[in-house]
Amino acid sequence: MKKMILTTTALALTAGMALAQSQTIRMGTEGAYPPYNFLNDKGEVDGFERELGDELCTRAELTCEWVTTDWDGIIPNLVSGNYDTIIAGMSITAERDEVIDFTQNYIPPAASAYVALSADVDVASGVISAQASTIQAGYVAESGATLLEFATPEETVASVRNGEADAVFADKDYLVPIVEESGGALTFVAEDVQLGGGVGMGLRESDTELRDKFDAAIQSMKDDGTLNTLIVKWFGEDVDTF
Amino acid sequence: MFSFCTDPATLSDFAWMACYLTTGKHMSFYYAFGTVLVLLAITAPTALAFGFAGASAARSRFLPLSLFGKGYIAIVRGVPDIAFFLFFVIALDQGLEYLKHQWVCPDWDQPVRQGNDFIVCQAAKVPLGNSAQWVHKTYSFFVAVFTFAIVFGAFAANVLFGAMRAVPRAQLETAEAYGMTQRQTFWRIVVPQMWVYALPGLSNLWMVLIKSTPLLFLLGVEDIVYWARELGGSKTPRFTDYPHGDWRMWYFLVLLVFYLAFTRVSEVVLDRVMARLTLGQATTGGEAQRRAEA
Amino acid sequence: MSCAQTIMDYGLRSIGIGERLLPRSDFTLCQQFTLIGSGLVWNIYFGVIALAAGFFLATALALGKGARSRWLRKPSEWFIFIFRGSPLFIQFFFAYFLFLSLKSVHPFFDPFSSAWAGALVVLFFNTAAYSAEIFYGALKSIPRGDVEAADAYGMSGWPRFRRVIWPTMLRLAWPGYTNEAIFLFHATTLVFFSGFPAQQQKGDALYYARYFADQTFNPFVPYPILAAYFILLTLVIIGLFGLVNRRLNRHLPAEQRRKIRLRPNLIR
Repeated sequence: MKKMILTTTALALTAGMALAQSQTIRMGTEGAYPPYNFLNDKGEVDGFERELGDELCTRAELTCEWVTTDWDGIIPNLVSGNYDTIIAGMSITAERDEVIDFTQNYIPPAASAYVALSADVDVASGVISAQASTIQAGYVAESGATLLEFATPEETVASVRNGEADAVFADKDYLVPIVEESGGALTFVAEDVQLGGGVGMGLRESDTELRDKFDAAIQSMKDDGTLNTLIVKWFGEDVDTF
Repeated sequence: MFSFCTDPATLSDFAWMACYLTTGKHMSFYYAFGTVLVLLAITAPTALAFGFAGASAARSRFLPLSLFGKGYIAIVRGVPDIAFFLFFVIALDQGLEYLKHQWVCPDWDQPVRQGNDFIVCQAAKVPLGNSAQWVHKTYSFFVAVFTFAIVFGAFAANVLFGAMRAVPRAQLETAEAYGMTQRQTFWRIVVPQMWVYALPGLSNLWMVLIKSTPLLFLLGVEDIVYWARELGGSKTPRFTDYPHGDWRMWYFLVLLVFYLAFTRVSEVVLDRVMARLTLGQATTGGEAQRRAEA
Repeated sequence: MSCAQTIMDYGLRSIGIGERLLPRSDFTLCQQFTLIGSGLVWNIYFGVIALAAGFFLATALALGKGARSRWLRKPSEWFIFIFRGSPLFIQFFFAYFLFLSLKSVHPFFDPFSSAWAGALVVLFFNTAAYSAEIFYGALKSIPRGDVEAADAYGMSGWPRFRRVIWPTMLRLAWPGYTNEAIFLFHATTLVFFSGFPAQQQKGDALYYARYFADQTFNPFVPYPILAAYFILLTLVIIGLFGLVNRRLNRHLPAEQRRKIRLRPNLIR
């Protein structure tokens, strides 16, 4: 028995050494927020962030692996070390920045927008749906409108279609394809709102080395224009680029 | 899957459906049914073992042990399972890693908690950071089994505790008269007889266990409800070859049928087990069986 | 801000009284205890009303399942089977869909797409089905002698049911029914978790626990607070049901009383 334990330790030690050479970076994402990240027909993570993440890993010479997780537990699982980065359309906010670190943004501060069935909805006093625990939900709660919270972004849009909510408030990038595909049923209403400091990659505060690597990779993509190409590819011509 | 699936937009309804239902994503959905069944198959005996240990501890004459058993039953039964799942898994994972950290990296000089971060040495990661994806999946599967077993073990302990005390006093007195020791009485008289008293409670528990599998996603296992939600949500043509509206209703209908069928099968099997267990027992049911045979 | 002030502001936040905005920064333990406790109002509301209403439907369903007439028996059996055989998750999902479509049929159904009425109906049906199964089991194990004694006294029909069968059924079913009550209160946490949308951040205890877990990014404080509240709630339920149990069994000799209490628990 004792011998067995010794061999396992030896194995663990060698594994530890091997690790120092080729580390696998686990990328945590939600997989339910197109076009940022979603599961394609094969059931794999796909979308803007998949392409971006893979490119960043190549540039930083890292081996990466994708993990999907529930939005609710995405930060606790990161700080507890179940994966090493969050790359899930997460806006950089002061509150989040206190707990985790962000790379520089890879999407410029983006607009959040209201979408409704008719153009005459009063977004300041109506019933507005938003995904629970997002910055949009927080914004609506403060705006004085009646906030209706759903667990998934899918349900927030459905609630406007079935009349439960007057409008949905979410990232504009998420809403644009939905409005385009709706065949005129859904329209943008009111002014867009700028929330957060753009979308960045989240990392543990103690992982400064890894953050620097990704920061450099993002910078290099910004410099040679590949990031802009990628943004246009996934979000269309009209969005802000760097 | 099929060779004609290359351009789904041009297909007829039937062929489209055939292609749609065999995408990789659907395969994961079907696979998840297997995961749920395997999980149930492993969790049930594990929870029963936890329950047996808990009930035995609660019965113990040694006060700390009995307090521990009773405390386990009372506390875990008192907490809604969702609330338990939401923080216990992370705690368990950190606990495991901390223990392994103490073991494999004794000369680590940095604190394990740095601000919000929980950091152990790379070699102490469970599973190791560079393990293959399937190792991670298997690990979270077994963490889920363990967590379910703890929760349902507490309920099973409560049932078994009652069942052990329901064994007729006369049976125990007879055993004592035969000169059996405490231990012998427990293993030869109480344990074989308690099952018939425990089975109604345990089978109800099994039914509850089946129905709590939608909570698996909280534990990091992609279960059937997760996939049904994911697949059923409306899809725009930009992100899939198979655009469709909100089909969650249909997927949930499939799940409903699955759960109802599974419940029905369980009921039939458990009824048979009950009939088998009642055989020759000192209960009204056993008496009725004896009479029917005579 | 003192803790008393926090309780004033947020003590009834879950039903819309007090501060409109939830705390956004500098979270204190007091805030977490107050808000999660305030959310408990919803859990108690759902639990108590569903249990009280479910009790009567359950009695009817149990009698229906035990009835000789096919027309009474089959519907009761199916009702019990469907609600016991499917996860609450799925029941909430279908109920929400159904109530939304009924809404366009008649304005009467308007309130059912919000949690206070819609989720209550689901929980009511759900607990009725589970309790009915427990009551049905108890109904079958009523000692023959009790019924024969009632016959000998010349009782029949309603008086026999009210004075002999029903009390005995309750007495036998009570331990199992206690467990059902505990499960029901636990199940109320699912309402805002997956079933119905929360309006103006008015939610149950789990809703606020998640809010704090999300804002502080630390699950190890709010969820244990929630757990502690529920352990207390469970103890209260066990205590209250224990009192009723004492009353139901008061006519029995002491020795037998203990035996009945220790009957194997028919938990849900």
